[in-house]
Parts: sequence; C-alpha cells; structure tokens
Amino acid sequence: MEAGTTALRRAGRLPAWALGLLPLLLIAVAIGAFAALDGPGLGERTGPPVEELAVEKTTLKPGVIELTVRNDGPDAVRIAQVTVNDAFVSFTGADGSIERLSTQTLRIQEPWIEGQAYEVALLTSTGATITHSIDVAAETPDADLGFFGLMALLGLYVGVIPVALGMLWLPWVRSIPSAWLRVVMALTVGLLLFLAIDATLEGFELAGEGAQAFGGVALVLLGGVASYLALTGIGEWIADRRARARDSGASGSHLALLVAIGIGLHNLGEGLAIGVSYATGALALGAFLVVGFALHNTTEGLAIVAPIASEKPSWKRLLALGLIAGGPAIAGAWIGASAFNSSVAAFLFGAGAGAIVQVIVQLSPTVRDDRGRVLHPAAVAGLLGGMALMFTTGLLVSV
Amino acid sequence: MLGASAATAGAAVLHKAVPHAHPWDSDAHAASGHGHEMTAGNGHAGHTTAHAAFDGASVSNRFDPHEILRDFDYGKTSRLPNGRTLREWELVAGDIEIEVAPGVKFPAWSYNNRIPGPTLRAREGDRVRVTFLNGSKHPHTIHWHGIHPAVADGVPGIGSGQIEPGGKAVYEFDAEPFGLHLYHCHVRPLAEHIAKGMYGTLIIDPKEPRPEADELVMVMNGFDTNFDRANEVYAVNTVGFAFMDKPIVVKRDSLTRIYLVNVLEYDPINSFHVHGNFFDYFPTGTSKTPTELTDTVMLCQGQRGILELKFPHAGRFMFHAHQSEFTELGWQGFFEVRD
Repeated sequence: MEAGTTALRRAGRLPAWALGLLPLLLIAVAIGAFAALDGPGLGERTGPPVEELAVEKTTLKPGVIELTVRNDGPDAVRIAQVTVNDAFVSFTGADGSIERLSTQTLRIQEPWIEGQAYEVALLTSTGATITHSIDVAAETPDADLGFFGLMALLGLYVGVIPVALGMLWLPWVRSIPSAWLRVVMALTVGLLLFLAIDATLEGFELAGEGAQAFGGVALVLLGGVASYLALTGIGEWIADRRARARDSGASGSHLALLVAIGIGLHNLGEGLAIGVSYATGALALGAFLVVGFALHNTTEGLAIVAPIASEKPSWKRLLALGLIAGGPAIAGAWIGASAFNSSVAAFLFGAGAGAIVQVIVQLSPTVRDDRGRVLHPAAVAGLLGGMALMFTTGLLVSV
Repeated sequence: MLGASAATAGAAVLHKAVPHAHPWDSDAHAASGHGHEMTAGNGHAGHTTAHAAFDGASVSNRFDPHEILRDFDYGKTSRLPNGRTLREWELVAGDIEIEVAPGVKFPAWSYNNRIPGPTLRAREGDRVRVTFLNGSKHPHTIHWHGIHPAVADGVPGIGSGQIEPGGKAVYEFDAEPFGLHLYHCHVRPLAEHIAKGMYGTLIIDPKEPRPEADELVMVMNGFDTNFDRANEVYAVNTVGFAFMDKPIVVKRDSLTRIYLVNVLEYDPINSFHVHGNFFDYFPTGTSKTPTELTDTVMLCQGQRGILELKFPHAGRFMFHAHQSEFTELGWQGFFEVRD
C-alpha cells in the first residue's frame, strides 16, 4: 500500500506524454512476452478447425465459373475439391491454404447454361462443404469501355436527369406561401425517412452476404454513425467559419448542400444495386426500370431545392448540387458492376442512411410552425405523403 | 479432326443420296455420324482432365483400391478332428484417417486398417473362427450375413454383445450357405458405424468350385465427409475415380468374375452398369445358374451379387453406377481389355 502510493507519487513527476505512453508500453511488453512463451498455460486448441469461407465475387464466362472466396473464419482453410450441382469438376486456383481474411480465386470448369441455377460446393481438406448458389446463370459482362459507357448512361438516366428535373420545382416553391413551404419541407423529410429505412435494410441484406469477419451487420451501423458524425462535424465546421447560421437552424444553401450529399450517398447505393444486378444478369434493362427510377428520384430534386426557396442561388450552384446528388449513381453503377464487395457496399449503404438521418435532423427546424411545433398536422400529412410517394414510386423499381 | 469432319460430311451426303429401304437404315447412319462428332468433340471444355474431375489414382492411403480388388484372405487353415477345415482370422477394429478424394480427409473406422475390410474367403462347410479385437476408441461388433447360431450374430445384447474399446470376441460358425456375403458392425447408431467404414466381404465358395476366372471384389460405398447424412463422395473400394486414370486391366475373351457388394449408407439404392458388354447375374451368389443376362443391376444396402462376363472387344469400357449423380461424385471406372 505504502509502496504503491510512493510509486504513484514518483510517476507523477514524469511528463504527461510519458504517463500516457506507459500503459501502451507495458501492453507491448506483455504481448511480446506472451508470444515469446507461446501463450503459457493455454495449450492446444480444443476441437476441430473452424472453416468459414465467404464467396465475394462470382464471374461467369463460357465454360468457366470463377469464384473469389475469402476466409472469414479463425483457421486456415484448404479447398480440396469442388462440385457443381452434385458433380465433381476440374478447377484451378486452390493452391495451398487460405489464411484468415485472405482470398483465393477458383477457376471452375463447368459448361453452365444460361438461365439455369447452379450450386457450387467447395469441399475442404477436412471434408466440410461450403455451398454457394448461383440463382440465374448469365455471362458476366466484360468491363470494357462500352460497358462503362452503358453504366454511365444508366446512372445519368436514373440519377442525374431525374434529380435535375426535380430541381425545376424551385420557381414553384418560391411562389408558394410559407405555410405551404413547410408542408413541402415535411414532404421532403418524409421522402428522406423512406430512403433512410430502405438503405438500412439493403445494407443489412448485403452485410449478411459478405465476409462476417469484417463485422457483418455492424458495418451498416458503423457506416451510419460515421457518416452522421462526419456530416455533422463538417456542417458545424462550415457554420463556425461562416458564423451566419439562421435562428432556427443552418442556412438554406448549407442545408441544400447537406441534402444533396445525403441523397448523393443514397444514389451511390442505388447505382451499386443497379450495377451488381446488371453484372449478375438479374437486371431487366428497359424503359420501365428507367421510368420507375426517374419518377422515384425526381422527388429527390424537390428535397434539394426546398431549403433554398428564399434564396437566389446561381445556376452553377444548382448544377453542382444536382451533380452531387445524382452523379454518384454513375460511380455506384461502375463500382457495383466491376469491383463489387458486399462488405464495402454494406458500409456504404449504412453511410447513406446515416447521411440521410443527419439531413433529416438538419431539415426538421424548417418544418416548425408559428407555434414552434415540428409535428403539426400539416407537417405530419407532408411526412406521410412523402413516405407514401416514395413507397409508391419504389414499387415501380425492384433491383 | 479435319478428316473426321470430312467423313461425317461425306456420310451425311451419302445418307441423303441413298434411298431408304428400311427405317433402321437411317438409324445406322445417324449412329455413325454421332460417333464422328464424339471424336471431333473430345477436346471441349469439361474434358480438361482425361476422364474425371480428379485423379483418384493419385490418392494415397494405407490400402489401395486396386489391390483390394484381387486380395482374398483364406485365413489360417487347420484340420478339425472330424475332418473339416477350420479357417481362422483375426480382425482388429481401428480408427484411421483416410483420403477419399485428393486432399479430402475422412476420420474413418476400419477393420484391419482398410476399407472395405479384408475379403474373407471360405469354402462351403468349413468351420469359420474370427477373433475380433477392438482397437478403436468406440464400441464395435462384427455382424455376419449367413446362417449361424444367435451367439455368433454380432449384435449388442446377444452372445458376446457389444465389444468395448480394448475388448475381444470370438465368432464361430459354419460357412453356409455358399454365396457372396458381407459383414459389418452392428452397434448403434448403426448408420454411422457403417458409413464410417466398418464393413467387408465374406465369400463362401461352393463345394464344386465355380469356373476359373479373374476375380474382382467391388464394394460400393460412399462417404459423408461433412456429416449431413448425405454422401459427398461415392466409390467402389472407397476412393472416388480410383479406376478412371488407372483402369482395371482384364484379358479379352477370358472369364471375369465380379463380387459386387453394396454397403452404401444414406442412399436407398446403388447400381452397377458396364459399357459395351452384358453379364450373367447371380443374385447373392447362392445359385450357379444366372437369373439374368443384363448390363445393369440395382442393389439396396446389404444386397450383393456375382457378375460373370467376357469382353469380346479390346479397349476401354466404363463401369459406373447408373445413378448419374453417384457417377459424377466418384463412382465410375474403366476396364481396360487387353489381348
């Protein structure tokens, strides 16, 4: 006891940074000693190795199925044999064990037929099987210039153009009385609420597919919290610098930018979904899909211009906002169709949801009526209307 | 390849030009055309390896499926006071790791470190004495198919009953009836004890021996490597595709006799089909008169039969289960008929 207090008093004389480093140093020494002594007292592991593999990428070429698998279990896994639809097949690429978190790409010889379903089973050296389903076999498109062009065109159709068209509501929102404008703002919040829920659920679904070692569903939530905090931090930083926040919240143009960013992240997710579906052959390209997305996303343009109803932004500024909100659909489609990773996508969907929630928090003061209520009857009607609008137009598209 | 295509085209032209007298003429032409196409298509995707998805002959175990084919164990013989022959064997149960496909290990249970266990061969009327030692970590028995007293039946609760690890039992009975039989463990859970490899063949030759022949033992089995009560690998004598890249060599026009036993667990039936030939079939081998001349037989678990055939043509002929799924999961092989 006495010795302890003396030691503490002596330690108290050290500079602050040294005191901060001391525990870290001790941990490093302890870990080093533990490793050097090979984990004294722990002995061998009990039970057989745990073998877990996640298929991260499936590529179909004539006569060949290519799978990229990641080991997301604690132990190394060695793929010994492969079956496709209950038949052993020839394959290459399984050279040696796959260590934790590393990947291997298998080239499987299989004369697959378009439109049919396949179940690939990876038989490990211990006899365990890891199965992967290909619901509808279709050739994976080559990532060439024409392909990127097509994805860009899709992104333009479903992202940039609808958002730009929606922004043409600006003159109208300028001309309506402030009570009506509040309803429009509530409608916008309703739209965003729907998108936040949608993005979260999509994220959860993707997280279930990816390697669980990276966090799975937690990635979506982390992405959400991270983007919420990042956007809040950036917003506050801008507010500090300009120091011209309006009494009830941030400035209109500031809000519009935040809305555009939130919607942009959402559209990145939408682009990803389109790209992935296209790459796996699950996307029915056609006028219906484009019309559906256009209607769905036009309402997003309204959400951007509503906060700046009382301002006179330059057309350049409007164009920039439109691109921030709609452009990511193009990038999303590129990424989704060429370098898709469900863990990354789950994180991005979470980030989109977080950004939208942040925008909702920022927008809500603008809905406030003369008596200071946010959820006044007109606002509730607007919110419900916004969600209903998104739900209905969402029925037109399913990716 | 070019030559083959030209021949096909030639046949097609001829086919059109010659008027058909009988419908089967056109069948013959179609068949020959098909044959050419097969030759031309041999290099296609899906045939990157010679015959199968993997080379079963490259698998190494303490036993060799090829050696098991012609490995008959007649036991240690002595003469009893009554003049009969006594045949004695020692079977030891043990836990071994086996390779059922290249790189795929399976924790198996075995008799005498091989799967299937040794092929015991006696003659009708011999006295059979089998000493069983359980060197496994699990309880086992040997249950015999045949006619014998209850004490020699090898089931828990009767006679020596279930033999615990380190334990010993002696099974003694008369070799009857003549035919093709099997033995297997009868400890519960039964499916597991059989699926893990506790089985073997017992041949009782008739007093008047069957004609001289090249004799092969084929035990049709499978392995559930992921323990979901469905087999991942199907085989004859344990290793999938073992007879594909390394075929079974037999002599043309000489009698080949196959002792075919089905022990496959988890699937209700198994089957045997041979290409380019027919065989005489003797169910359970209990008669010397065949019941059928066929090229395909179907067997449930425990069912077995003797097949006799002569190959009139040299070359490679497939044999496999005529359940295509089993075939492609390892249960296929080749006979190579040589002069």
